Amino acid sequence: MHRETSIKIAGAAGQGLQTIGAILGKALTRSGYYVFAIQDNESRIRGGHNFFQMRARATPVLSMISRVDLLIALNEASLTIHQPELSNKAVVIVDSEKIKSIPQERPFPGIPLERIALEKCGDALYSNTVALGAAIGVLNLEYSCCDTMLREFFSPKEESVVANCTAARAGYEYALQHLSPTLRHSPPPATSQKMFISGHEAIALGALAAGCQFVCAYPMSPATSIVTYLAGKAEEFQMVLEQAEDEIAAINMALGASFTGVRAMTATSGGGFSLMVESLGLAGISETPLVVVNAQRPGPATGLPTHTEQGDLRFVLHASQGEFPRVILAPGSAREAFYLTIQAFHLADKYQVPVIILTDQYLAESYFTEEKFDLSQVEVARFYPSPAELRNHQPYLRYRFTDSGISPRIPPSWHGMETIGDSHEHGEDGHITEDPFIRSAMVEKRFRKLGPLAKELSPPFSLGADDADLLMLCWGSTYGVVREATESLLHEGVSVKMICLHALWPFPHEELTRALTLAKKWIAIENNYTAQLAGIIQEQTCRRAGGSIVKYDGHPFLLDELLKALKKEVG
Amino acid sequence: MVSLQEYENQVPIAWCPGCGNFAIFNALKHALVELEKKPHEVLLVSGIGQAPKLPHYMRCNAFNGLHGRSLPIATAAKIANHELTVIVIGGDGDCYAEGGNHLIHASRRNPDITLMVHNNHVYGLTRGQASPTSETGFITKVQPHGVISLPLNPLTLAISQGASFVGRGYAGRGDHLTALMKEAILHPGFALLDILQPCVSFDHTHTYQWYEARVYLLGSEYNARDKLSALQKAEEWGEKIPLGILYQLQRSTFEQMQPVLNNGPLISQKTDPHKLDAVMDEFT
Repeated sequence: MHRETSIKIAGAAGQGLQTIGAILGKALTRSGYYVFAIQDNESRIRGGHNFFQMRARATPVLSMISRVDLLIALNEASLTIHQPELSNKAVVIVDSEKIKSIPQERPFPGIPLERIALEKCGDALYSNTVALGAAIGVLNLEYSCCDTMLREFFSPKEESVVANCTAARAGYEYALQHLSPTLRHSPPPATSQKMFISGHEAIALGALAAGCQFVCAYPMSPATSIVTYLAGKAEEFQMVLEQAEDEIAAINMALGASFTGVRAMTATSGGGFSLMVESLGLAGISETPLVVVNAQRPGPATGLPTHTEQGDLRFVLHASQGEFPRVILAPGSAREAFYLTIQAFHLADKYQVPVIILTDQYLAESYFTEEKFDLSQVEVARFYPSPAELRNHQPYLRYRFTDSGISPRIPPSWHGMETIGDSHEHGEDGHITEDPFIRSAMVEKRFRKLGPLAKELSPPFSLGADDADLLMLCWGSTYGVVREATESLLHEGVSVKMICLHALWPFPHEELTRALTLAKKWIAIENNYTAQLAGIIQEQTCRRAGGSIVKYDGHPFLLDELLKALKKEVG
Repeated sequence: MVSLQEYENQVPIAWCPGCGNFAIFNALKHALVELEKKPHEVLLVSGIGQAPKLPHYMRCNAFNGLHGRSLPIATAAKIANHELTVIVIGGDGDCYAEGGNHLIHASRRNPDITLMVHNNHVYGLTRGQASPTSETGFITKVQPHGVISLPLNPLTLAISQGASFVGRGYAGRGDHLTALMKEAILHPGFALLDILQPCVSFDHTHTYQWYEARVYLLGSEYNARDKLSALQKAEEWGEKIPLGILYQLQRSTFEQMQPVLNNGPLISQKTDPHKLDAVMDEFT
């Protein structure tokens, strides 16, 4: 039957579908499968229609498809909405006694969730756990796996643990007797314990690994998940976390902590980033290290608060008045999110620049199966001048002209010395100047830093032959789906190549110019309307795109829909 | 011993001759010297305006950031290294207009920092527009029919929102101002010091003579610990203007409320990325 399965859990906000999703995803990961999961939520706390969808198989998976093999419908509306997505032999877990009409064209057995919950636990509240147990059965997983997970999710002191386990087992046994399994292939035995981790959880772990000790933010979807996660770990990792009165305060607090010698970060979405714009320039001219996460959502203004888009690339590239060097990183998976976040802190510190990490709701809330991250290479260096260096250059000049453009930065009171940070144009001593010669030299000094910085960035990801008929370019969160589409086309013998940029600025001139020179035709695949990366590439390389595949309805690309669009491109 | 010379640098001062900033600047240097603070132990934070240029004219640590945004910078600087003496220098436009929101929230948080506002009731740097503390009827080129809003009262605002030290000084009473600054700096918590200052270029009403005829020092009979009488005293303006500590309360500072800082200044605490290994197990 299926070598892989696609599971959708759908219902209203507040029905607990995220808990079911998280437990199922982890259960599949522990059983040796690779899992990729996405979340689709409306901007409300109760009601409406939400879903949690995952794909599981024995080999790595990085994208979502529209086909559903197992639907867990927590209400009747979910059944109606997702019925067209069901595959031929799909299994539906829905309370057959609660829904008014079972569709004639697709009869299915269903399962009396509420009746089982009442019989076994005396409370209809456990219906969803019955559904979870049934799903474990349909997926051919060991029941013990679910039992362990429930005991981990709910504190052992809670009475509900016993009831939840009873409900899950009842659902599991019902499924074994009445429903046919959807996943028949057993995965290879797990060689190591893998993580089931979201994009934003990986960013939070990256910040902890990088020694970030100050985080300040104003809550805004979809950025808040980073701060929420870190709040639970702050004390353990010697971190102070503050919820600011607004995003302007948030970024300035991050700058204040950073100036004083502590690695600092703020996280927001486009609306909050808009408020931070002036202060981004302050980081630029005062040469204060700063890491800002902009978790994109569809704009402008309030837009679609809980959905996804890659609409802020041009914005963050040009944000703030004047000209100053900046770095823009855009991870495409949880793994990349972790390592790029560590690199963001490293680059910010070493080159004294603002580093922007561009994520979006899709990457933020998507779960990936990943090996545990390698900490052996993680080193936190602060790049302060040594006492000898300070002695050799007296008096200490905070903005001293240097060949690399990097001036000696020290925190206040460092070895009994004073330092300065200034938002004006300033001389080497950090004091206000309007001298045209110094002004020009300072602009050049700041931009000189980009040269050595660019060499530290790893080249874009590429897959396929250089002389392919079609070159596809993408960035950030679209990495997974474009990669799987490319692999699928290459498998069919179609001549394609993909390049994904995870470091957008400084722009990878050398790699892109070379690739575009060899390419017969190139297109961009982006989750926005105006194909912003295509525009930047055209500007930077003077080579015109042969088209673009864009999506701007608030939802990520699905693999099958992208393949359909690509097949038109390759004829 | 710390000397005044240690605080000197050679940066030329760009204020108007006769500006009240000079007296405030002088009082600040004296206060720091008398408190025996060394320049490297002091961090001056400012925004934009005439007063916020002050940190450039003194040898010590300085961060001259954006208009209105000095309080968030200073709050976090104190979190990063709470052994520093952190002082914010601002004007009435910087701290009461552009940065008004931060004043409210700094009062609530109570970081152990001192905010000194050079309050001259007018915008100097942008050449004479009304400020939030300008009196109703004040005529400027931008407000030709006079200011129609009520003036903001920074003292009652700060007291009501939890600031634990609220005082008022006057540029024309240097010795009193120095003593007041020392009290404000020593106070453990958020201290707002509103400093009345004549503007010799753009305000011809609130002159030194005008203030001299009105200001008086709060006596020993005044109880600065009573919030309601402090609010009442802070409303006094016009014929008589009180100077001194209007309100003072001891309560936990923002830093004291951070358990992480019990282990010493954040900047001195070593982080260990390898602790993450156990955290990653939580995802398996």
